[in-house]
Amino acid sequence: MPAVLEDQRIIEFDVRTDEMLVNMGPQHPSTHGVLRLVLRTDGEIVSETEPHIGYLHRCAEKIGENLTPRQWIPYTDRMDYLAGMNMNLGWSLVVEKLLGRNLPEKARHLRVIIAELNRIASHLVGMGAYGLDLGTFSPFLYAFREREKILDLFEEACGARLTYSYLTPGGATADLPPGWLQKCEAFLGQFEPVINEYHALLTTNAIFIKRTANIGVLTPEMAIDYGCTGPVLRGSGVDFDLRRDGEERYTEMYDGYAFEIIVQVNGHYPKDHDYPAVPREAVVGDCWHRFYVRMLEVMQSIDLVRQAMDRYSVAKGSWGEPIKLTEKLPKGEAYLETEAPRGQMGFYIVSLGNGAIPWRARARSSCFCNLSVTHELCRGCLIADVPAIVGSLDIVMGEIDR
Amino acid sequence: MAAQVFLDRLQARFKTAITGAHLDAIDPWIEVTPQSLVDVCTYLRDEPDLQFNFLNCISVVDYFEPDPKKAAKVDFQPHLEVVYHLGSIKYKTSIVIKVLLPRWKNDVPGNLPEVPTVSGVWSTANWHEREVFDLSGVRFTGHPDLRRILCPEDWEGHPLRKDYEMPLEYHGIRGR
Repeated sequence: MPAVLEDQRIIEFDVRTDEMLVNMGPQHPSTHGVLRLVLRTDGEIVSETEPHIGYLHRCAEKIGENLTPRQWIPYTDRMDYLAGMNMNLGWSLVVEKLLGRNLPEKARHLRVIIAELNRIASHLVGMGAYGLDLGTFSPFLYAFREREKILDLFEEACGARLTYSYLTPGGATADLPPGWLQKCEAFLGQFEPVINEYHALLTTNAIFIKRTANIGVLTPEMAIDYGCTGPVLRGSGVDFDLRRDGEERYTEMYDGYAFEIIVQVNGHYPKDHDYPAVPREAVVGDCWHRFYVRMLEVMQSIDLVRQAMDRYSVAKGSWGEPIKLTEKLPKGEAYLETEAPRGQMGFYIVSLGNGAIPWRARARSSCFCNLSVTHELCRGCLIADVPAIVGSLDIVMGEIDR
Repeated sequence: MAAQVFLDRLQARFKTAITGAHLDAIDPWIEVTPQSLVDVCTYLRDEPDLQFNFLNCISVVDYFEPDPKKAAKVDFQPHLEVVYHLGSIKYKTSIVIKVLLPRWKNDVPGNLPEVPTVSGVWSTANWHEREVFDLSGVRFTGHPDLRRILCPEDWEGHPLRKDYEMPLEYHGIRGR
């Protein structure tokens, strides 16, 4: 970015050497899976970045054209494998939209509990792995210690620890087991104070701030132009979150919940007196802000899970009933996006009305768009900043390549 | 209904370039000609009271039934639909634009149909169009860098076409 080049200290780098192409990946540890970046470098400065993706491509969409919607649920788990529940939710909602089916209240609260817990787990990995990218190992272990407890909760609810297939069109495959809510509450009570450790390890750490503040600045206009969503969009100061601004079918899940969108407005984040202050070096849209938005979303998700558990425990009626495995689909098409941890995950279903198998199943990946902005962010940065920038986008290759 | 307003605006401005609309669908859509696509998109993005500044997704649906027995029963002519899901960050509205294309240009199998790129309107389209080109086989004219993105560069065919057949082998790896 020009901001880096204007830095007076950069002048000492301004020695013309031969340009060199450097291959980063596809097995580089800081590329989050199998991403290959080809960097054109002039000494230490990166002039061009070209991401090469597709190493994890499994043509999930083609598979979706040959399975019924419920049979495709396990394949959605394997897209963003760090947030399987949110993937299940997106596909379930779009199938329900096509079928014109509404859920009982209890099922909606159940989904909020599960989706927000998975958001916490996903952001924990994002945070820990970001520490790894920047060369510190401890936060990763701290993050996985807590994530493990969320996985235990999920395992108790659905039997799986990573690929859940729990939320499904029509509701969920089972109700939460007895005593689960108490365990969840106990976890939240234990987890909430721990977050201060993360802030001490990373958010307010002087080295971390040096590595992330004012690095990879993404302007709001560019974020919208490239279709960036989720924490990447909100880190740039755009006040947009599908949980509030999405389609009614999705936002009604959060009806009546007290929550504020995590975005900096007039120099302040919501309730920011409770959290570490924004360092002076940080500018909106840089790596630090993208990271910070995720950290605050963890706090907010804890609050949302608590609210959802209160509502769930008093809600009457059923927790939903899954549609039949071979439920006939009406003729038509539907598209819906949900706010997954990494951004807006969209699903598109087209049916000819001649059976239970959709004619077309399409997944719009949030990371795919978030990654496409890399070449703009990395222009003119140092080689060492590339992992910091790519890490701050928090990508999952399984979702990009599908 | 918001979609009716968008349709009226587009019809007043572009007249015959708007070839159809389905406003009673779950997600109402408007069909435009390939030639007018870029103008329509630029208009939708730039009008102060529309501001569709966010391109959610580009998808292609292949309407073709390869099985001759089933083909007699389907109620469509073979064609491709390029679907653009647009949204407005400011007004929280959405609209679907469709472009209908023949499956092959001039009905020559293997000759990819063409539609102008909208990567100049939204940068999101750059990678999305590469993906569509790769998997569904549509050529976006004017695209700055139209290469395969998910499949290997030397892959043959476009997997999301309904008549696609998996290769028998690829670099010594058995395909099917």
